[in-house]
Order: sequence, then C-alpha cells, then structure tokens
Amino acid sequence: MIKGDTIFRKISFVLALSIPLLFCGLFFVVLWESRLALKTFGFSFFFRSAWDPIKGDYGVLPFIYGTFVSSLLALVIAVPLGLGCAIYLAEVTTTKFKEWLATMVDLLAAVPSVVYGLWGIFVLGPIFGFSLMNAGVLLAIMILPTITSVSREVLQAVPESLRESARALGATRWETVRLAVLPPAASGIIGAIILGLGRAMGETMAVTMVIGNRPEISLNLFAPAYSLSAVIANEFAEAVSDLNYSVMVEVGLTLLFLSLVVNGLARFLVWKTSSQGRIQ
Amino acid sequence: MENIESRSYSIRKIKEQLFLGITFCAAILAVIPLFAVIFYILWRGFSSLNFAFFTQLPAPVGESRSGMANAIVGSMIIVGLGTLLSLPVGIFSGIWLAEWGKGKTGFLVRFVVDVMSGFPTIVFGIFSYILFVLTMRRFSALAGGFALALIMLPYITRTTEEMVKMVPQTLRESALALGLPEWKVLLFVVLRTAWNGVFTGIMLAVARAAGETAPLLFTAFNNNYWNFRLDQPMASMTVQIYNYAISPFADWNRMAWAGSLVLVFFILLITIVVRSFSKRVSYG
Repeated sequence: MIKGDTIFRKISFVLALSIPLLFCGLFFVVLWESRLALKTFGFSFFFRSAWDPIKGDYGVLPFIYGTFVSSLLALVIAVPLGLGCAIYLAEVTTTKFKEWLATMVDLLAAVPSVVYGLWGIFVLGPIFGFSLMNAGVLLAIMILPTITSVSREVLQAVPESLRESARALGATRWETVRLAVLPPAASGIIGAIILGLGRAMGETMAVTMVIGNRPEISLNLFAPAYSLSAVIANEFAEAVSDLNYSVMVEVGLTLLFLSLVVNGLARFLVWKTSSQGRIQ
Repeated sequence: MENIESRSYSIRKIKEQLFLGITFCAAILAVIPLFAVIFYILWRGFSSLNFAFFTQLPAPVGESRSGMANAIVGSMIIVGLGTLLSLPVGIFSGIWLAEWGKGKTGFLVRFVVDVMSGFPTIVFGIFSYILFVLTMRRFSALAGGFALALIMLPYITRTTEEMVKMVPQTLRESALALGLPEWKVLLFVVLRTAWNGVFTGIMLAVARAAGETAPLLFTAFNNNYWNFRLDQPMASMTVQIYNYAISPFADWNRMAWAGSLVLVFFILLITIVVRSFSKRVSYG
C-alpha cells in the first residue's frame, strides 16, 4: 500500500468517525449541563406544570403538551393533503405539470421558518389568534413538503411489476393504488408521517412567534400555549440562576430525546420499505 | 345479472373519478400555501423595501433611514464560516462512506447523520452555547458558525456519498491502471467527476443554513452595529427579522417584511438555480 493512500484513508476515517463522536459529545454535554435540574426535580420534572423562575419551581408538562398538540394538529391537516399530493405525483399524473408541482412543493420547504412565523403573525393571527390552532396550521404548511416528498419516494420504490399485475387484472387506477401499491408502501408512508411529526416537534421560530407563549394546559385549541422549543428560544439566554440555566438545558434534552425517538423510528420505517422495494 | 354488473362497473367508475378528483385537489391545495406566502411577502415586502435597507444600520423607531446592511453582511459571514467548518468534514466523510463505509461503522455513521439531519436545530444552538459562549463568556459569530456547521454537515456528507457512489467504477479502474495512487484517483478523478453534484448539495445546505434563526439566537446573538470580528456578537438577517417581526411597532414590522423578501429571494434563487443545474448533471 502506498503511503499517501494510508494517510488519505486514515484522515477520511477519522473525519467520518468525528460525526458520531460529535453526536455523543452533544448528548454528554447537554446531559452534564442539566445535571442540577435532573438532581433537583428528578422525573417529576416531566409531569408537573409549574414555571416560576422566582421561586425556582419548574415542570415541563405544559411545554410537552403544547409541542405534542400543535404537532398532532399539523399532522391532521398535512397528512391527507401530503399523501393525496404524493399519490397524485407518483401514481396519477405523468405530464410536465408533475415536475412543476413537485418543484413547487419542494420550494415550500426552502422558505425559512422565521418567514413562516412572520406570515403566521399577520395572516393567520387575525383568524386564529395566537394559539395552538395557529401553530398547528402553520406547522402543517411547513411539514407538507416532508410528508409529500418522502411518501412519493416510498411510492416510487414500489416495484412497477405490482402495478402492472393489478392493471392486467383489469383494476382501475384507484384499485391499483389501494390493492397493489399502498400495502407494500404502508410502513414507509407511516415513516414519512412520523418524519413530519419529528419536523413539527422540533420546529422553533414559527411556533414561538404564533403559539402565544403561555405555559398553561388548556383543552381549548384557540387558547395560547407554549412549546419546548419556544421556551428555549425565549428564555434560554435570559436564565436568572444556575438552576434556571440547568432547567433550560434539560428542556433541550427533553426535546432532543423526543426527537431522537421519533426520528429513529421514522428512519427505520422508511429505510425498511425502500430497501425491501429495491430487493424485490 | 347484466344489470348488476353494469351497476358495479359504474360504481367502480365513480370511485375512480373520485380518486382522481381528490388527489388532484390535494395536490392543488398543497401548493396554495406557497403562493399565499410568496404573494404576501412580495406585496408587503416591496412596499417596505428601499435603497437604505441595503446601506444603512438598524435605526430606532420613527427614523426613516433604517436598514439591515450589517445583518446582510453578518449572515454571509456566519453562513460562510459554517460552510468552511462543515465542508472538509462533510466531504471526507462522504468519500469515506462511499468507498469504505460498507461495514458496521459505516452503518453507524450513516444512521447518526440521518438522525442529526432531523434534529431540532435549536439543540445545536444549545450545544454551541455550552462549548463557545460559556467558555468565551460572550456571544460570538464563531459560536453561530459552529451551530450552522452542525446543521449543514449531514446534507454535505450524504450528498457527497451519493454523488461519489454514482461515479462509474470503470473511471476509477482506468485511473488506477495509469498508475495513479488511490488517494489521487479519489480526489482528482472521482471527486472531480462528482463535483457538480456535490456542489449542488453544498449550495442547498447553504440555502438551508441562511434561513436558520433558532441556533443563532443565543450564539451569534445580534448586533445593531457593524462587526467583522468573529469573537464578537454579530447580526444576522434571520434574527433581525425575528426581532422586528415580534415588535409592536409598524415601522419595524415593515422592516421584517422587507428583510423576508430579500432573504426569501436569495434562498429561492439558490434553490431554483441549483435544482435546474443539478438536473443537467450526468455521469458517464
């Protein structure tokens, strides 16, 4: 082996390995910095709704509630639209219009979240107020491209022979999709949806700008709420004490953990179906 | 009998029409928000945009000659820094994954990269805050650049990997047969061939990073004045837009619209140019 080759290979190996190391470092550092909050509140931190920096009493339940409810609302709106759009793109149309439509949906993903937030304040604000509903609708718009493009990829990974068999039996396009395409694509599509959920849960700026930022749990969807990411954006830099700072880092840890679970699951499902598709 | 058959046939036909209609409507509804957002930004942005926006510093409420000149430059510096930091790691890791990443380590790296690309970006801000802001005891452009680098890294790594994998094996073999050492083949033949695609990935990562706000809030922070030092707080367009957007003053809201227009224009421009460019990329 030539010396240059060994060096090159070692450098790229070290740099590639630095990514998982960075990842572990991130976890370790965040865990370490939140040790004070972990020690003070233990597990009750996740099940209490108190937010009083003066008294030093904290619990993140209202934020978890806000994060989940706004993200689920977004899914309720975005899943039928995104899935419908993906099926239209992958199974129905074959014209130039398809390319154009796919580009448009992708461009939707390129708009920065702070711009969506600004739009949400001035356009959705007068309609929904600053509330869970406003955040949900805005998030739906923002995760639509993720759900659409990933489901589309999953649908395209379904082997053409399955479609041809269904069509040969005289199935209409709807029957082909329902009987031959959706079953093998199902877990991949669920993956796409969970991936959208992950995006919605981690989204910060747009949510911070429209959710109302009030740490209360209200069943009313038009009431102001708060989310994990929003509280970090608003209060992280203004921590008043060591405990406050440590609590803010633990909020980040909570968000990180939720997103890791959701994203890991989604990646696994998408990866499973698309690799199966390739083997068949 | 014939009656029943024709009835079931017409039901099937109706279902088919419904299916086509519903999916078509979903597709149309999915693009409406884009037009709504773009239209609104154009409308509100153009009426607020003027020459001073590109040349002046942010001014207090009520003063007409207010701009985002320092934030525009600041965004470029922070994003540039993020690119510089993530580029070597991303490209070398991508090459490593494509060439030697078939085993368990490769799987691990790929999985981590995928998971990282879905992380809430504000978490990278926290990480960078702990590493840089706490140790340097001040907000800095460097901390912002590092946070953005972590966001860009997964994109650059995965695109490089995919593009390098697409380079035909015969090209490698011909170069090796000429007696070139492997590392020269990879850098000057394989990577060069894949460069158009890799560059596309880099530019898309740049576009994404330029639109990030959350990781900059408590890393690069903000600055109302010119600053070119990396160890000092630096203004960025996104943070400036955010501050203007949530302010109660109509003047500042208008600045937010103008800023959004400029930002979205640049980001969509990069995205569209790069996308149309990448379609023409061919390997062979």
